Amino acid sequence: MKLRRDIFQAIADPTRRAILLLVASQAMTAGSLAANFDTARPTVSKHLQILTECKLLEQEKHGREIYYHLNPKKIKEIADFIEPFRKLWDERFNKLEAVMKKYKGKA
Amino acid sequence: MVQKTKVIAEDGKQEIMITREFDLPVDLLFKAYTDPGLLEQWMGTKVLKLDSKPHGSYRFETKDEQGNVVFKANGVIHEFIPDQKITRTFEMENSPFAIQLEFLEFEKVTNDTCRLKMQSVFRSTALRDQLLQMPFAQGINMAHNRLQNIVNKLKKAV
Repeated sequence: MKLRRDIFQAIADPTRRAILLLVASQAMTAGSLAANFDTARPTVSKHLQILTECKLLEQEKHGREIYYHLNPKKIKEIADFIEPFRKLWDERFNKLEAVMKKYKGKA
Repeated sequence: MVQKTKVIAEDGKQEIMITREFDLPVDLLFKAYTDPGLLEQWMGTKVLKLDSKPHGSYRFETKDEQGNVVFKANGVIHEFIPDQKITRTFEMENSPFAIQLEFLEFEKVTNDTCRLKMQSVFRSTALRDQLLQMPFAQGINMAHNRLQNIVNKLKKAV
């Protein structure tokens, strides 16, 4: 399996987006995060691993506990870097779809 | 929310992958890329030339309402397989961006839906990142015209 992750694959998953929202307000441990989900603890751990690998989350050790917190720099990267470009193409393709549906209706 | 248009630009790579699912049969999507009149409508640019065949070429140009050319692009078509594939170069004239290589793959999903995969390869990662940071570079024509229209409307409203 390919281990390399990119941030867009990381945020494509709804559970991972929910995790990002949870840690946005405060740093949390894997245990406290897992308590918010019905999924098994190892599944949440896997999501945390993916988010950490692509640097959306950072780990911080407090005694024996590991806390996860957001990496604002990486989050900003998603928001600023790609989104306007994606929106441009999304709008362009929406237009294409509309133009072709109209064309199909006429044909 | 599932996004219909996905953009993947991995760190350190000199390419951008754009994927999009369309609520259209694949032949209609392909037609949107090969029929000059239809392409003009969704790209918002004028098609000066579109010779869709291997070794064929294309030229697009957009003018603003004052007649100034705000966007000019051209390229050569290398592979052309109807309803499946277009491989072409893309050059934005009068811009700092070096020529890109584009691989467009058209895939049937069902009889009424299809998928487009567009891979753009840049000369360097730096140039790719520069283009991503200037999202309206490729669509400068559209952005410009829309902006102009909005400004005009605002002017009238005042």
